[in-house]
Amino acid sequence: MKRRYRQMNWFYLPALLVMLLFVAYPFLQTAQISLMRWNGYGKVRTFIGLDNYISMFKDANFFLSFRNTLIYGICCTLLQNVFGLALALLVNSRFKGNGLVRTIVYMPIMIAGVVMGYIMYFFLTFNRGILNDILLVFGVQPRDWLSSPFYAVLFITLINSWQYVGNSMVMYLAGLQNIPTAYYEAAAVDGVSTWQGFRHITLPLLIPSIQTCVITNLIGSLKLFDVIVSLTNGGPGHSSQSLATYITNRYFVAEKAGYAAAIGVFTFFFIMILSNVLNRYFAKKEVQY
Amino acid sequence: MTQQVKISQKNNTFLRKNQWWKYALSLLIIVIYLLPIYAVIMMAFKSPQDLSSRLSMPKELYLGSFEKALDSGNLLNALKNTAIITIGVILIEVIAGCMAAYPLARNHAKFNKFVMNVVLSMMMVPALSIVVGMYSLLVSLHGISTYWGIILVTAAFGLPLSIFLYRNFITAIPESLDEAAAIDGASTLQTFFHVILPQLAPVTVSVIIMKGIGAWNEFAFSLYVLQKSKMYNITLTIKQFFSETSTDLNAAAAGALIAILPTIIVYLVLQKYFVQGTLDSAVKG
Repeated sequence: MKRRYRQMNWFYLPALLVMLLFVAYPFLQTAQISLMRWNGYGKVRTFIGLDNYISMFKDANFFLSFRNTLIYGICCTLLQNVFGLALALLVNSRFKGNGLVRTIVYMPIMIAGVVMGYIMYFFLTFNRGILNDILLVFGVQPRDWLSSPFYAVLFITLINSWQYVGNSMVMYLAGLQNIPTAYYEAAAVDGVSTWQGFRHITLPLLIPSIQTCVITNLIGSLKLFDVIVSLTNGGPGHSSQSLATYITNRYFVAEKAGYAAAIGVFTFFFIMILSNVLNRYFAKKEVQY
Repeated sequence: MTQQVKISQKNNTFLRKNQWWKYALSLLIIVIYLLPIYAVIMMAFKSPQDLSSRLSMPKELYLGSFEKALDSGNLLNALKNTAIITIGVILIEVIAGCMAAYPLARNHAKFNKFVMNVVLSMMMVPALSIVVGMYSLLVSLHGISTYWGIILVTAAFGLPLSIFLYRNFITAIPESLDEAAAIDGASTLQTFFHVILPQLAPVTVSVIIMKGIGAWNEFAFSLYVLQKSKMYNITLTIKQFFSETSTDLNAAAAGALIAILPTIIVYLVLQKYFVQGTLDSAVKG
């Protein structure tokens, strides 16, 4: 059997080749380029040591992108989990049409993030924007939402959360359906209120679902790219830029490949370390009844 | 017995009376979720001269925007490109994915645990963090604006999830089946092809659906890898519609509608597989 096991390892070959060539090797290349000054296409690459990293920590736009990335990551995660759980509780309760709600809330996930950004553009433009039309009914003056840094970041956060909340809903729904109803029956006999039941039965037993949802949402929204490109392209100025869009902006627009690579390396380690820490934190929290 | 029936009926009416808020809330949610799609449909069927609110129904059905989208925008070609790319990505992720998953599920040596950790952490890699190395690699391999370039790049980032899904599924197949095949003299390859492979249909559906939608909607890499307009996929074509100032927004809406229809129809038909796929792909650390 042992020989068979060793033979089996040959099965890794195709997948490993693809991933080594197109993920591992580009990562090493990126790390190497991050130590150089290079415009991205020319023959001249100058080794400059850690200069790119030093200028990164002096670049206000880098910190702006980093701050936005954290806002997108944290706010989207919060919104998607709170509303995902609320939607799951609603859909899990028995009433006619709960299946329809589930179907429709999950549907926007099918639409590409870029396309969703452009669709939302119809809502947010100053000229004939649908949001302005709706707000006018309530007497709110029309405004150009996407020209304000605050609203640009706010709407990117809201649109991304709105589009992908269905994922959390589905995961929480599965979690809720795994909780034996006997617990609730026993609690009802003891006269436990709905809130207490939620707080002391539902929530603790949902921790595995919460863990999965928080990590997938956080990692997903820290990588946010598509909807930013189509809705604001990082603007106004650099004010809605995420790390992902800022990297590509530095590389393809500013032609600072070395600098873009340095931000890339930073982003890479930031997300890898964060996801590891989170996994460990949640692993300690799991409850068993 | 009669008493019980009475009680449950009473319960029922009680519940119904108190459920109006669920219907109201559901209605609100449905409106919020359908509004953007509704707006796109309205705009697509309106003539550009119709300057009424974007939410109002068109006065007459106008199909010119669709004509314009299909003619000027290179849209049919983009659909073809996207289909080729999606099929290519799925083929690699299914074949290489289930192969790599087999030793991961069966072999528990140190090396395999190491590979598993690599696969799990690769699922977290932010794709654009390595765009500099990726792009310069593709330039030196002459992979810019080629099908194989975008297919391999997309597949490389999708493979970890596909391996993870197959590995979980194969772990649940009893190992005694492999052993029985080994006793009958089957080689490792034969065992894989005749014992494992025939059982993988359900998880393959999940992989095809989840990764297929991802590849169909791919944008971040396509934006840089597919530079010639005749190689554009759907998302790039839609971007082109919207960024060309000469194009009117109604034609762009028509194009967007054509782009999102296939995925929405597939979803409505195969809904339960999408839900299953979402649950299967949940990574637990």
